[in-house]
Amino acid sequence: MNNKIKMSRQDRIFHLLNGILMVLCAFCILIPLVNVISSSVSNPSDVLNGRVTLLPVHFSIKSYLYVFKDNSIASGYLHSILYTVLGTLIAVAMTILAAYPLSRKSLKGRKVFLAFFMFTMFFSGGLIPTYIVVKNLHMLDTMWSVIIPNCLSVYNIIIARTFFNEQIPGELYEAAEIDGANDYDVFFRIVLPLSKAIIAVMALFYAVGLWNMYFDAVLYLNSYDKYPLQVILRNIMNNAQIQASMVEATGKVTSTDSLAITESLKYTTIVCASVPMLLLYPFVQKYFTKGVMIGSLKG
Amino acid sequence: MQNKTKYKVNHKRKRLSHWRLYLMLLPPVIYLIIFKYWPIYGLQIAFREYTPVLGFSGSPWVGLKHFKNFFSSYQFVRLLSNTLILGTISLIASIPCPIILALSINAAKQRKLAKAVQLITYAPYFISTVILVSLVTQLLAVRGGMFNVVRGWMGMDAVNLLSDPGAFRPIYILSGIWQGTGYGAIIYLASLAGVSPDLYEAAKLDGATIMQRIRYIDLPSIMPVVVILAIMNCGSIINVGFEKVLLLQNQMNMSTSDVISTYVYRIGIGSSQFSYSTAIGLFNSIVSVILLLLVNWFSKKATETSLF
Repeated sequence: MNNKIKMSRQDRIFHLLNGILMVLCAFCILIPLVNVISSSVSNPSDVLNGRVTLLPVHFSIKSYLYVFKDNSIASGYLHSILYTVLGTLIAVAMTILAAYPLSRKSLKGRKVFLAFFMFTMFFSGGLIPTYIVVKNLHMLDTMWSVIIPNCLSVYNIIIARTFFNEQIPGELYEAAEIDGANDYDVFFRIVLPLSKAIIAVMALFYAVGLWNMYFDAVLYLNSYDKYPLQVILRNIMNNAQIQASMVEATGKVTSTDSLAITESLKYTTIVCASVPMLLLYPFVQKYFTKGVMIGSLKG
Repeated sequence: MQNKTKYKVNHKRKRLSHWRLYLMLLPPVIYLIIFKYWPIYGLQIAFREYTPVLGFSGSPWVGLKHFKNFFSSYQFVRLLSNTLILGTISLIASIPCPIILALSINAAKQRKLAKAVQLITYAPYFISTVILVSLVTQLLAVRGGMFNVVRGWMGMDAVNLLSDPGAFRPIYILSGIWQGTGYGAIIYLASLAGVSPDLYEAAKLDGATIMQRIRYIDLPSIMPVVVILAIMNCGSIINVGFEKVLLLQNQMNMSTSDVISTYVYRIGIGSSQFSYSTAIGLFNSIVSVILLLLVNWFSKKATETSLF
């Protein structure tokens, strides 16, 4: 005997419609992505003549070959990696340095420090004064100008602090203190090993931000050979002239082909710029979701 | 007596022993002083005529001159209305989609499908603004862009939406929904996961349909989160996604795409009018703080939910 309450007809219709709604949502998200990927691996002239919608037409990796031969994209990749790795290391260290003491209830003046940190979330000097400060520090056009001014997010400090508060019981500190441990011992030998999850979440948050950084690079960097990938991508999208010369320099093509290739080069560059994050994404999604939840529910 | 002194010494030692924690706090505090508080101190150049040699506090005072110039410039009304319209519409438009998606995923009987949909809808969040705008540019391209290809199938002429001032807002808002819905749904899913299963059981026994359970259990349980997020985002009405606007902007769609923050950038960095653009930026921040406080106050009165 089936003693579960039978689903009503209405509920079955609901589940059907709900399934359709979800599939539609997924399609809406996927269609633009699929179109761009297919365009990047289709024959350039088919792309230009509007023959590509969802499936690739006359599969060809011609434009990928151009992209890989291009020095500026390789340089963009290298700089993005450098800025992301270095920036993430500094940012995570700073965040933990702030979040851990702020999570200790026995810290005198905790509320004052917290207010000092949180004030900057609601009020800031804005674009121009920040730019002038960076300029005064002689950081313009160095890699520090894109790493340091953004190496601490108070929002992330609050997430990490919440994690420490929730995950590390106060009794642990008392027990450690009785055993004669000082705050460093407690931090390095007890807190850090228990906090791998939040460190991973923080690293991901900062790494995605740094990898996707565009505006700060444009603002603070002047030399083309320091630009990260996002800026290179933007230049390729904007500047038909650069692409034309790029294509001419890397391969022998007639001028009629040139337009088609520069067009499909854009699709290819979009794919190349997003691949690292999208490849990483399924692996990090779990942690990311966790971080968003800690931050939102108990912030 | 001896005992008492011993206790005192111990007590003192315990209090002092946290110097290490203060030392840890030192780098972040110094960082904030330099990169957050120094620029706030620098805001005074909005009331001065900034020259690099004289610095923040040495440049001559000019009072409210820059503010007056901005309020009386022919740009002012256009910039303010563009900013408010774009900010308000995108705030309102971005609220329902994540809620619907979260409710749908939460109610789904097909768990695998729901997981897959969540994974897919969340992915665009990882795409940078530059890539998003490049994607939009290519999809809307006059030659070969998917939008115009599909229009072609239906016998319509190709159009260039990117240079159409009327299309700027829909493009901005729809691309925002495309990118943000899956990410936004996570917070609602988290609060839906916190709903007690007993409630569902009771409702089922009473013969409630799924729609009724969503209406009377799910929706009320996420309403506080919806309100909190909406309040928090009110600050962003006037700080509309600066980077995205800047990237989608071109000479042709300027009449709807020029907002205060892009103007600050253009005037400040582009033509080095540091004081004037700082004044505009300050005006922007003040309006945003006032908006936040107002909406927070209103929400406290109306729904008893508030940030502070």
